[in-house]
Amino acid sequence: MSAHIVSGFDEDLEVLRSSIAEMGGISEKMLADAVTALVRRDEVLAQRVINADNRLDALQRQVEEQAIMTIARRQPLAVDLRDVVSAIRISGDLERIGDLAKNCAKRTLAIAGGFQPPRIVTGVQSMADLVLEQLKDVLDAYAQRDLERALDVWRRDDQIDALYTSLFRELLTYMMEDPRNISFCAHLLFYGKNVERIGDHTTNIAETVHYLVTGQTLTAERPKDDGTSQARIEVDAATGK
Amino acid sequence: MITAIEPTQVRTPAPVPTSGPAPVAAAAKPEPVRIACRNVDFYYGDFHGLKSINLDFRDRQVTALIGPSGCGKSTLLRTFNRIYSLYPEQRATGEIILDGRNILAASTDVNELRSRVGMVFQKPTPFPMSIYDNVAFGIRLNQRIGRAEMDVRVEEALRKAALWTEVKDKLRQSGMGLSGGQQQRLCIARTIAQKPEVILLDEPTSALDPISTGKVEELIDQLKSEFTIVIVTHNMQQAARISQYTAFMYLGEVIEFGPTNQIFMTPTKKQTHDYVTGRFG
Repeated sequence: MSAHIVSGFDEDLEVLRSSIAEMGGISEKMLADAVTALVRRDEVLAQRVINADNRLDALQRQVEEQAIMTIARRQPLAVDLRDVVSAIRISGDLERIGDLAKNCAKRTLAIAGGFQPPRIVTGVQSMADLVLEQLKDVLDAYAQRDLERALDVWRRDDQIDALYTSLFRELLTYMMEDPRNISFCAHLLFYGKNVERIGDHTTNIAETVHYLVTGQTLTAERPKDDGTSQARIEVDAATGK
Repeated sequence: MITAIEPTQVRTPAPVPTSGPAPVAAAAKPEPVRIACRNVDFYYGDFHGLKSINLDFRDRQVTALIGPSGCGKSTLLRTFNRIYSLYPEQRATGEIILDGRNILAASTDVNELRSRVGMVFQKPTPFPMSIYDNVAFGIRLNQRIGRAEMDVRVEEALRKAALWTEVKDKLRQSGMGLSGGQQQRLCIARTIAQKPEVILLDEPTSALDPISTGKVEELIDQLKSEFTIVIVTHNMQQAARISQYTAFMYLGEVIEFGPTNQIFMTPTKKQTHDYVTGRFG
């Protein structure tokens, strides 16, 4: 796209884009580190994830202020206005992703030191890997204004929902198998829910990229496969299991 | 046992439904056409100023004409009341249909036309006479009415132009003594006193301060319930604020025309996009 007649306008938009890029990088690293911290039971790394959230929060405030100033100064229209609005929205999603990754790190600290069968962590890990890939893809889609890539992320969210549903089932099974697993698994369930929500925010970003590129809002309900809200445990009265 | 969890289904990508400014605006039933331009060409001597313009202006809506200087937007505006015909070297061809009649036809009574199609210019043009007489002037040109009725018509026009409360105690003072914004609203009052059907505004606020501009914009919004308004403006935010339809013109041609929301949020032509986003080189 050709440059604006007023070069300061291009600079304003570039500042927004680079702040979003930095936020994207931080949130990606926070999620990746939160997963590594869980798998390796690394409390120091978990603490580092918690600390990193401050920078993300500061960047989000910075993006908001910069976006508001750009609207006030430049009165953007068409793709420029969508660019500024998208920056506000995406920075909000990335800030929430940071909060959720921080929450995962806190769960890691809460279960540190307890008995942790490694196989139980595997389900969470594979789900988090998928979400991380989604986050990476959607940030690339934003950077390159790539509509198809954004829609691909949007459509793939049901895979995360499906994984979360099976994780839920798996963790309940572990809890029923051995009550000593309950505390650990309950924390892991929340961990998993946080990761699933990060997935939701990546699809929000995908929707924003769609709006940014086309000027149209996605109106369809995105594919969902999270059945955990309807799940019940039925205990056999005879066996107690 | 865990129940009521639906098995994972493999979904195929479905087409994604979307909504945006364009389809929403298009869904509403458009108002009837008040002015229809059909293949309008305009010449300043040898210079081809407008090239085959085809545009519909909707009844009781504000249509904005935007585009860089020299693109022909004021020229197009000036064809609607044939004010160009004051200059012998200027001529228009094609058809401009207003209420079923081609106003470009030689048989058109231009005085009658100009009472039906009022015009307000960039710089306020009050006549060197009292505020009252400025408004009464246009009415007297076409009608003979009594003093009492004239008083009513003048007050009505000044009220509609949102100027009455500011001038009601000094109607006999000169119109030249008003501020720029008041002078422009006086000119609008003079125009609407003739009860026109169409009002043409040629950059009506470009010489005004922001407060006066705000008052004139508010006024335009109120006037659209009675009149069909065509406005030429260089201020894109103004066009976005006050118009329902926008035409982008360039080098004497209409490049893109559509609902204002669509033109400013999702323009389809690259030239329109570059102009509204300030990328026009």
